[in-house]
Amino acid sequence: MSAPRSGVPFDLAAPNERPYFDRFGDGLVVVLPGRRPGREGWGRGGPPHGGAWIHIGADGKARAFIGKVEVGQGTRTALSLLVSEELRLPLDAVELTMGDTDVCPWDMGTFGSRSMPDAGEHLRTTGAAARAVLLEIAASRLEAAVPDLDYQDGRVWVKGTESSRSLGYGELVRGLRRVEVVPSSTHPVPPTEWTRAGRPTVNLGALETVTGARKYASDLRLPGLLHGRLLFPPSYGATLVSVDLSRVRSMRGVVSVHDGDLVAVAAPDPLTAAAALRAVRAKWRTTDQPAEGEIVSYLRRHPAEGEEFWDVIHHSVGNVAAALSSAPVTLNATYSTAYIAHVPMETHAALASWEGDRLTIWLGSQTPFPARDGLAEALGLTPSNVHVIIPPIGAGFGGKHAETLALGAARLAKASGRPVRIVYTREEEFTQTHFRPMAVVDIRSGAKENGELVAWQFQILNAGSAAARTPYRAPAQKVDNQPAESPLPQGPYRALAAVANNFARESHMDELASRCGIDPVGYRLRHLEDDRLSAVLRAVADRAGWADRGSPPGSMGPGRGRGIAVGMEKGGRVATFAEVEVPANRRLSVVRIVTGFECGAIVHPSGLRSQVEGGTIMALGGALFEAIHFDRGRVLNPRLSQYRVPRFRDTPPIEVVLLDRRDLPSQGGGEAPLMAVAPAIANAIYDATGVRLRALPLVPNGTVPESDREGALRSPSKGPPSQARALRRPRGTSRA
Amino acid sequence: MNGVAHPISLDRDRSLLYVLREELGLTGAKYGCGEGECGACKVLLEGLAVRACAIPVSEALGRSIVTIEGLAQGGRLHPVQQAFLELCPFQCGFCTPGMIMAGASLLSQNPNPTEEEVRTAMDGNICRCGGYLRVVEAILRAAQGTLRPEARSR
Ligand code: FES
Ligand code: FES
Repeated sequence: MSAPRSGVPFDLAAPNERPYFDRFGDGLVVVLPGRRPGREGWGRGGPPHGGAWIHIGADGKARAFIGKVEVGQGTRTALSLLVSEELRLPLDAVELTMGDTDVCPWDMGTFGSRSMPDAGEHLRTTGAAARAVLLEIAASRLEAAVPDLDYQDGRVWVKGTESSRSLGYGELVRGLRRVEVVPSSTHPVPPTEWTRAGRPTVNLGALETVTGARKYASDLRLPGLLHGRLLFPPSYGATLVSVDLSRVRSMRGVVSVHDGDLVAVAAPDPLTAAAALRAVRAKWRTTDQPAEGEIVSYLRRHPAEGEEFWDVIHHSVGNVAAALSSAPVTLNATYSTAYIAHVPMETHAALASWEGDRLTIWLGSQTPFPARDGLAEALGLTPSNVHVIIPPIGAGFGGKHAETLALGAARLAKASGRPVRIVYTREEEFTQTHFRPMAVVDIRSGAKENGELVAWQFQILNAGSAAARTPYRAPAQKVDNQPAESPLPQGPYRALAAVANNFARESHMDELASRCGIDPVGYRLRHLEDDRLSAVLRAVADRAGWADRGSPPGSMGPGRGRGIAVGMEKGGRVATFAEVEVPANRRLSVVRIVTGFECGAIVHPSGLRSQVEGGTIMALGGALFEAIHFDRGRVLNPRLSQYRVPRFRDTPPIEVVLLDRRDLPSQGGGEAPLMAVAPAIANAIYDATGVRLRALPLVPNGTVPESDREGALRSPSKGPPSQARALRRPRGTSRA
Repeated sequence: MNGVAHPISLDRDRSLLYVLREELGLTGAKYGCGEGECGACKVLLEGLAVRACAIPVSEALGRSIVTIEGLAQGGRLHPVQQAFLELCPFQCGFCTPGMIMAGASLLSQNPNPTEEEVRTAMDGNICRCGGYLRVVEAILRAAQGTLRPEARSR
C-alpha cells in the first residue's frame, strides 16, 4: 500500500503529531480537545465531539476547523461570526473549514440542531483562548500588561498609543510554531457584550450564489470523469436473486461492478450511463409489504422490539390509570402523520477519485466522519486512506446520508481507474433515500371540571421520542414511544418526531380547552411549566392580537378561524399562530401566520429569521398536503409533479417574532420552528368549522371535510380507547 | 450562449440543460426534477425564462441563450442579482440561479410588477428551504431600483 499523500487525518493523529504548520504555515494553533463517544453512550456533559482548532497565520487570518457541515442553514456564517467576535476580526479574516475529514476535528454528524450549541460553543471557547495567547504575546512585545492592551480588527496596541505602536496578529505569530491547548479557565465574550455576532450580516458566499459560481457536489467534475448509476430494487425489501451484465459489458466505454448487492454502471456521459443501467438484467425476490390503506393497523401489529432502537422512551409519573378513572372530564383521541419526503432541491451526489490506494470523495452528506469510517470498512481500507470533503450542499433536512452512493462511486472509480460521479435522479431521490416516519399517537387525558389537567397518557407509535414529553403540568403522566417495523425506509428528518408528537399534543390541548370552555391561550399558560415558552406564547398572542377578540369558536366570523400552538425542542421554544379561511366551497386558505421563536442569544439574526420563516413554510407542506403514497413497498408518487411541496402561491404572509435572550446560550434554530405549524392550523380549522382534523396532511386535496368522521383517522385495529366520558360535548369534539 | 457561439453535436435528443451542464460545463443552471416542475434549470432564451430541462437542444439552435453565469454585464450584477445579494433570500442557494433568471425575465416584460404578479410569475420555481417571501421582496426591490448604490461595486 502506498503511503497516503497527505498523511494521517488530523483527528486520527495524536495532537502533537498533527502537521498543522506544514499544512497551513507558521503561526499559532489553539486546540480544544474532543470527547469521543464512550461505551455508556453520551453520558453527562452532552454528546461526543471532536473539539475545534484555530490557526492564526502570519497573514493575520484565523483559520478555524470544525467537524460540522453547512447544509444550507447558514451555520457557516453564524459560526464564522462567533470566531470573528472572540478575536475581534473582520468576518473576511476568518476562514472556516467544515467537515473535511483530513483536517477537521471528528464529528458525529450535522443533525439534531447541534451546530450552534456544540460547534458554536467550541469555536467561542477556542477563539477566546487564541485571543488570550495573542494578547499575552503582544504584552511581552509591547512591554505592557495585558489589561493595558486594546485590540480591534486584528491589531493590538497599548491603550492610548494606537497609531504609533500597534502590532498585527500576523506579526505576533510570525515565525512561531506554537500549539496551545484551551485551558479550562477560558471565558468567551458574553453575548450581552457582543459587538460583531448578533448583528445583521450578509451570508458568506452570497456573491457566488447569485452569480452561479457556487459549485455543489452535483456540479463538480474532474478530467476523465465517468457518470455512474446504481441499480436499485423495484420495491422496498426486495433482494437481488441474480444479475446478468452481459449486455452492459458489450457497451463501449461502459464500466460495471457487481459485488454482493451492489450493482453499478458508469459511462463517459449520463445518457449512456442511463442506457447501460437499462441494459442490466436483474431478478429480484420481493417481500410482502402492506398497502397504504392498512398502514395504521400494520404498524400497530408490527412493533419493533429490542435495545437497538435508540428511540424508545418510557416516562411515567404518578398513577395515570387511577387518575384517568377518577377524572370528571376525559378525552381520548388518536392522531397520525403520513410518511413525507425531504425533497432537498439538490439530489444526493458523490464524486470519487483514487490516487493509488487513497480515496478522495466529494460528498453531499451531513455525516462526513461516519461516511469516511463506513467507506473504509466497506472497501477494506484504513480510515486514513479515505478523505471525505463536503462541498456546498443543496440542502439536507436530515436526509443527506450518502453512503450507498459514495460506495458505488468509489467502486466504479476503482474499477475504471477514472473519477466517477453519481447524482441521483429526482425519482431515485424519492425512492432510494428515507422518509419521515408515519406516526400514530394515542392520547388519553383527564381533567378536573375547571379544566385542570390531572392525567396525561401519551402513547406514540413509530414517531420517535423527540418532543415526546409534555411541557404542561400534569401530576400523573405516562409517555411511551413504541418503534414499529416500517414498510418503507424511514429515518431522520428536520424536526423529526417533534412534528408528529407536537401535532397530537397541541391539537389535544385545544380539544381539552374547548371541551372545558376555556380560551386556548389562557389554558396553555395555566399549565405551562417553562417560563421561556410562556413568554414566546404571550409574544405571539400579542402580535396576533389574540386578546382583542372573544375566544369561543366562530368568533372570527363565518368561515374564519384562528388557532395557536406551542412547542419546545432542542433548546428552542416556538409558538405559532395561524388564521384560516374556509369559504362555502370548503377550500382552505391559510391567510396569516405568526411564528415566535426563542433559542437563547441570537448569533446571526437574518440567518435565524430565514430558518424560522423557511421552517414554517416547509412545515406547511407536511401540515396541509404532503404525503408519500405507496403500495406494497413501491412509492407511487416519486416525482415533483406527483408529490406537492409548498410553492409561492401556498405561502401566506408570515410574521416572525424573535426573542433574543442574550443571557442564555445559543441553541439551534433549524428544527423547532416547524413543530407548531400543523396544530395551529388544525386548531384554526376547528375554530372556523367545528371540524377537528386529526391526521396529517390535514387537507390532501385542499378542502376541509364537512365532518370529523371524513377527516378522522382510520380506526385502530386493536385496543380502542374506552368511551370518553364528558360533561358536555361541544360541536366538533368527537370520541375516539 | 452568453454572447459566444458554441458548436454542438446534434446526434442525440438531449435537453438544453444536459448540453449546458454536461457538455459546456455551465453548471449555474441546476437539475432539480428534469420534468419542468421546479424551475432550478431556468435560463433566458431570447430574453425569456425557459426550463432548460424541458427544451430539446435543437430548439435552442441559433438563438440567444443567457445563463446565470452570463447575466452580469460588464462586471455589474443584474438588478435582480444585486437585490438577491443584499437580501439573501436563500439558504442552500440551490434554487437561486433559477429564481434569478425567472425574476430577470419577469422584469424585462413587466418592469413594475405588483406583488401578486411576482408570485404568479415565480410559481414555477420551488425553494425547498422556504425563501419565498424574501424572493418576492428581492424582486420588488430590484424593480423599484432601491438597491443600495454603494453595494453595486462589490
Ligand atoms: S430541472 Fe427543470 S424544471 Fe426542474
Ligand atoms: S435556498 Fe435551498 S432550495 Fe431555495
